[in-house]
Amino acid sequence: MKNYWWKILTVLLVAFTLIGGLLLEVPRLAILNETIRSLYFHVPMWFGMTILFTVSVIYSIKYLRSQNSLDDFKAVEFANAGIAFGVLGMVTGMIWANFTWGEPWSSDPKQNAAAIALLIYFAYMVLRNALEDEQQRARIGAIYNVFAFAAMIPLLFILPRLTDSLHPGNGGNPGFNAYDLDSKLRAVFYPSVIGWTLVGVWLASLRVRIRVVADKLLERGS
Amino acid sequence: MLKEINALIWKEVVLEWRQRYAFNGLLLYIGSTIFIAYLSFQTYNQSLSSATWNVLFWIIILFAAVNAIAKSFIQESSGRQLYYYTLARPESIIISKVIYNAALLLVIALLGFLLYSLVLGNPVEQLGLFILGIVLGSIAFSSSLTLISGIASKTANSSTIMAILAFPVLVPVMLMNIRISWNAISGIPISDSIAAIYGLVAINLIMIAMSFLLFPYLWRS
Repeated sequence: MKNYWWKILTVLLVAFTLIGGLLLEVPRLAILNETIRSLYFHVPMWFGMTILFTVSVIYSIKYLRSQNSLDDFKAVEFANAGIAFGVLGMVTGMIWANFTWGEPWSSDPKQNAAAIALLIYFAYMVLRNALEDEQQRARIGAIYNVFAFAAMIPLLFILPRLTDSLHPGNGGNPGFNAYDLDSKLRAVFYPSVIGWTLVGVWLASLRVRIRVVADKLLERGS
Repeated sequence: MLKEINALIWKEVVLEWRQRYAFNGLLLYIGSTIFIAYLSFQTYNQSLSSATWNVLFWIIILFAAVNAIAKSFIQESSGRQLYYYTLARPESIIISKVIYNAALLLVIALLGFLLYSLVLGNPVEQLGLFILGIVLGSIAFSSSLTLISGIASKTANSSTIMAILAFPVLVPVMLMNIRISWNAISGIPISDSIAAIYGLVAINLIMIAMSFLLFPYLWRS
């Protein structure tokens, strides 16, 4: 019970998101209409992605300090889980945009920034595969991970503010700002963010365990 | 440390001077790219719109920068690099390379700009702002690409890896540069470019700080 309580919590939160997100009442806003429910499924993907990538960078820094391969496994798998969330966020966003903006890709700055973030992490994976030696792969991967994350910060925080986004809440679009993200939305939104992020952590922790086992088997085999 | 950096920059300059083919090769690279662009647009028999002119210029500079900086670690044999590392601190090595590459890129970009405006026309209204954009852009390219070139030099297929590692990282730099030079072309008062200029300076500082912190881990491998 001590170790897996958070997994029960994850299941409960995601179940609540699925049922509550689809059935509970939502405010009626122009253009958005019922698609406002994607707030519970699309937006948490970005929260989850950002959190998972941040955790991955923290483990990369830890790896550089400790040279412990467990930290490297965690860095890779959190990045992998972040990529999965990013792809899902992109797909859900495009489905949503097709109904509200009329086309799946409208070169919105947030869309572009997310696409570039994914490109950076795909490059990270290619870089890791290009290096043969395990230790070198871990160290150089960690260096690129930290460097690219620092390069992404201006992308995520400065650029979207230079141009208006089409996203709800930006540039005068009806959105979920302080005054209209009402308590009904919040009641499902916050649990959904926590729930989906925990799903990512769960995914990553399973894959880290697989890697640890595979590593031990390799050592024993040789 | 300053003395070390000075000596290392001087070493890079002397090295470049002795193997002039690298620098000449870059000049020829940018020259022939510009000429190809010019000939390709010539087939339409109409002049370039200034938006296309601007973007094309920065794309050419981007590719020249990736090519120029890719060699900054690959060029020298690993034995000789080991020798430098016994002599100098890794921090001075990376800082000297960033400064040297920035100067190299600045020269190449300015010469490229001359040739580019010679064959494709020059719609720039505020030359000072445009040159400022080139200066800041060269520093930004150099500060983000030098560490990446060090990373890529450790892999077998380094030129492809260099490009895929560099392009996503360079997107903010490119966008800011294009914004500044677009303002320079359309003669928008400089007060509207302040935000982008600060943005570029901030990116430069972040990149140089990260290179400074991370390079010591890279050279050990």
